[in-house]
Amino acid sequence: MSKGVVITFMLVLFVLHQDFWLRDDATLILGILPIGLAYHMAFTAVAAIAWLVTVRFAWPKYLVEEENEGNEQ
Amino acid sequence: MTQTLIVVVYLILLLVLGYISSRLFRGNSNDYFVASRSIGPLVLFMSIFGTTMTAFAMVGSTGESYRVGIATYGKVASSSALIHSACFFLVGLPLWALGKRNGFHTQIEFFRARFESSKLGYLLFPILVGLIIPYLLVGLMGAGSVMHGVTRGAFPEIFTSTGGAVPPWLTMLVISCVVLYYIFAGGVRSAAWANTFQTCVFIVMGFIAFVTISSKLGGMQAASAMADPGKAVRAGNLTEMQFLSYCFIPLSVGMFPHLFQNCLTAKSAKSFRLTLVAHPIAIMITWIPCILIGLWATGAVMPDGVTPVIPEGTSPNAVLGMMVGKLATPIIGGLVTAGIMAAIMSSLDSQFVAVGTMFTKDIVVHFFGIDRFSEKQKVLLARGFICTIVFVTYLFTLAEPRSVFSLGIWCFSGFAGLFPLVFAAIYWRKATKAGAYAAVIGSALSWFILFRESDYGANGSYLVGGVMPVAVIFVACAICMVVVSLFTQAPSQDTLDKFFKKKV
Repeated sequence: MSKGVVITFMLVLFVLHQDFWLRDDATLILGILPIGLAYHMAFTAVAAIAWLVTVRFAWPKYLVEEENEGNEQ
Repeated sequence: MTQTLIVVVYLILLLVLGYISSRLFRGNSNDYFVASRSIGPLVLFMSIFGTTMTAFAMVGSTGESYRVGIATYGKVASSSALIHSACFFLVGLPLWALGKRNGFHTQIEFFRARFESSKLGYLLFPILVGLIIPYLLVGLMGAGSVMHGVTRGAFPEIFTSTGGAVPPWLTMLVISCVVLYYIFAGGVRSAAWANTFQTCVFIVMGFIAFVTISSKLGGMQAASAMADPGKAVRAGNLTEMQFLSYCFIPLSVGMFPHLFQNCLTAKSAKSFRLTLVAHPIAIMITWIPCILIGLWATGAVMPDGVTPVIPEGTSPNAVLGMMVGKLATPIIGGLVTAGIMAAIMSSLDSQFVAVGTMFTKDIVVHFFGIDRFSEKQKVLLARGFICTIVFVTYLFTLAEPRSVFSLGIWCFSGFAGLFPLVFAAIYWRKATKAGAYAAVIGSALSWFILFRESDYGANGSYLVGGVMPVAVIFVACAICMVVVSLFTQAPSQDTLDKFFKKKV
């Protein structure tokens, strides 16, 4: 489960990272942020959310077993 | 003068913190090297994040943004937001579990056991230490450049040869001594505490610098309007192939010896959860102000409306220091400089400890036997080697002409090039001892050949067939590992049971 989820979102985000469609767009968002920079800020936030989902729903089983073994010892 | 005083007060605070953590030091090598595996989620996150953010992230990113524009964020920071956490998840967590189960303190102990080869450690040690030296150089040079830029004209009678600025050699000397003190006081625990404190300091101070500079330039909109529009896009500054191949660079965190050691300090696997999620956000909070300051520097003018803040021909290393020195009040300038020093020192400390640990555990104890030295002697050996490496690095800094960003990229390329080695060690049962040797040698040779071709890093635009050299080094390492492993003897069943018993 965990491997599949992580590999899928890594691939999707990797493709989204290559924002060639914005490479020569100099628009300033709110007159401050170049659109290429704003895009990558949003990308960073999405990456954090993806990791949150992974931690919450796809935490590896072997780590749970490892913790339990440690507690028993 | 005020800026220097604030920085001095900050350094004294760090010395006090080092003294306090020394009271908690248990005096044995396990505590010195991995803090008795007792670090919780918050300190682990702050410590790992502080370690990955160095002069490269603040001084280097501002200078690179000034040079090639906003593409700097996409090519290094946003890709790191994804890939750093992936490395912690796919490499850091399994290594933590294996390290805890088998009592590893260093990367080399892990590789020796996984590939059943004592000599592999002797091959890896000089390569890893050799790659850490440029990383240390990046930190020390960044500190020297910023202090030089911020204190320009402050001490005209004392430092006549530098136009009254604190000379870089003095800053680098003082910074090295302060970090050495608190590391010697309490080892990796001291580094973790100092990193936590320093990470808070550089995030807050970075924000203050950003607000102050934008306000001095007439607000964020005015500052962005003044900037060179050519630097607000990727086109013309970076090719698509360059941008794509830069994605290999963040893989370096999977092979940093100091991060390996940081991961081992975790109390439990759950301690990593906060790091995985918060690391991307913390990267954004740290990098964005620096990228915008670098962009604004391309068109910023002084309040007279004519004189550029950054004169033509300025070294990219000096951009952040000059923006802060010229546009912030002395007090703000001092606080921000302290924040930049914090970012730099929070990496240096972990690197110092890692270098000392590797020397003691992987060379001395491994060669002479575990009972040859007392616990106290082991700690002393680590400290002695750290001093030697710091001294050698310091000598290099006195003659180092390269940009912080360029030097950092070569250092990261070397570590990222070795990534297939650690990945195969964890996930591929068929990875063999011969494959590991081939991977290390292939990676080191290709790194050296390309580094030489780039005029030892002096050519900052050096590419191989349009892609970053790191891609070539990575592929060379991966091919060597796979091809040689397929044709050589598989590891023993005992070793496979030890490393693949659980699903890692």
